[in-house]
Amino acid sequence: MKKRNAAQNTAFGVFWLTGAVAVLIMGFVVGYIMVKGLPGITADFFTTSPRGGLSGDGGIYSTIVTTFYMIVVTLVFATPLGVGAAIYLTEYSSNIDNKAICKLVSIARFGIETLAGVPSIIFGLFGYALFVSALNMGFSILSASLAGACLIIPVIIRTTEEALKSVPQGYREGSLALGANRWETTWKVVLPAALRGISTGILLSAGRIVSETAIFFVTLGGSYRVPHSLMSGGRTMALHVYYLAMETRAFDKAMSTAAVLVALIIIMNLTINTITSRISTKQG
Amino acid sequence: MEAERAEKTRMMTEDYSLFYGDFKALNNINIKIPTNKITAFIGPSGCGKSTLLRSFNRMNDLIPGVTTAGTIFLDGRNVAREDVVELRKKVGMVFQRPNPFPKSIFDNVAYGPRLHGTKNRSDLAVIVEKSLKRAALWEEVKDDLHKSGMSLSGGQQQRLCIARAIAIEPEVILMDEPASALDPVATLKIEELMNVLKRNYTIAIVTHNMQQAGRVSDYTAFMLTDEKRAGNLIELGPTKQIFTTPSDSRTEDYISGRFG
Repeated sequence: MKKRNAAQNTAFGVFWLTGAVAVLIMGFVVGYIMVKGLPGITADFFTTSPRGGLSGDGGIYSTIVTTFYMIVVTLVFATPLGVGAAIYLTEYSSNIDNKAICKLVSIARFGIETLAGVPSIIFGLFGYALFVSALNMGFSILSASLAGACLIIPVIIRTTEEALKSVPQGYREGSLALGANRWETTWKVVLPAALRGISTGILLSAGRIVSETAIFFVTLGGSYRVPHSLMSGGRTMALHVYYLAMETRAFDKAMSTAAVLVALIIIMNLTINTITSRISTKQG
Repeated sequence: MEAERAEKTRMMTEDYSLFYGDFKALNNINIKIPTNKITAFIGPSGCGKSTLLRSFNRMNDLIPGVTTAGTIFLDGRNVAREDVVELRKKVGMVFQRPNPFPKSIFDNVAYGPRLHGTKNRSDLAVIVEKSLKRAALWEEVKDDLHKSGMSLSGGQQQRLCIARAIAIEPEVILMDEPASALDPVATLKIEELMNVLKRNYTIAIVTHNMQQAGRVSDYTAFMLTDEKRAGNLIELGPTKQIFTTPSDSRTEDYISGRFG
């Protein structure tokens, strides 16, 4: 008995250690960025735009605006398509007897899973070839949002599917038994019940847009000016970090921008956690 | 037996069979559900009694690969030819697990009427009150109509589901083991309620609990699987007769607890 307890204690000790190391590494990265970055953050840093050039002078105002536009425009494209596809896949496709359509659906599923694993620079190249060049949209928020939408649609489809699947079958049966058709059931019962899960997926995707660089590097241009329309180019905060670090001498500014970025991501994840924990307390 | 024949039939099956793909789940069922009576379906697990019940409002339509033969009638009309929305308006259903929507008590009951075109808030309020009263839930929830239906106890939730079903004035209420997830006190309440409801509605209930069938039903149908595992109707008769002098020896074996 003593021997087995010792084995257990050793195992738990090892797991504790690996867990502790993981947390330490994360704490070190975040801590390092914060220590290096926070001193450079003043009110001016948020309200002035980068001045360009080698010095890296100026703040990050225009990159905040661009990031915000990118989130909004990308989600406007991706949310209806992603949620719609997920509704079709979970609520409709399973009830179709037609063999050809079933085959198409399984191909679509495979496609979605593959897309979710494609490196973002590939979406960037695709966006560059199609939107920037072939469709003549240039380096613009529009081109970058469309490319970004391709990147996050698989994420939205998957999380929405999970949210829809977690809605108890009894809700659907209850609604159908009252004479509702499938669409009424989906719209009035299933979607409201899945709303929190779907919002989580949308927030996760917004996080993806905030942190992505490669895809926007080849579609958004990199202008440090405040965008004035969908056809303007721009740079997101993440892209700005890259430019500052690689093309200017202002490594401290890169750190400050990174600190803001990390803080933003942490806030988004905390929001997601609040939403999901409310789901589990409500259903549990 | 004479009195029995004089009774009106609300629903009826004629040589009804149901298949899941190649597998025959129901074999040639002929049964009559009399108006304003409670008909109980009993039998061991897997005998097809729930499948048969779900055929009456065509819930099996939802399962891919299901095909049927024979006919089911509601008031002499073939349910397969009816618009499924109209059919489900007339044939309501209460499920094994209470399944209120994650909406307020009011919105749960008003869900059906709203679907079928009642928009006026005060009309809805009248329907909600009447339905909750009929489901014997009004007194317990009348001050909390805005509260979530999920906040109620299991027994209350099931009565809420009954109120939700009767809010669209069906003719028939199908109950698929409505008390199997409830405690004895809540079960008793549901049974009392069924006895009141049969004045206005025709009730068909599937139950695992033979005592329950004995207590609440006017007629009992006993079902059993044959050697190919297809569900067959063995015997249908007044509950008293089925429980005391069944005509089929298999019914007697089941009733007396020799199997199942």
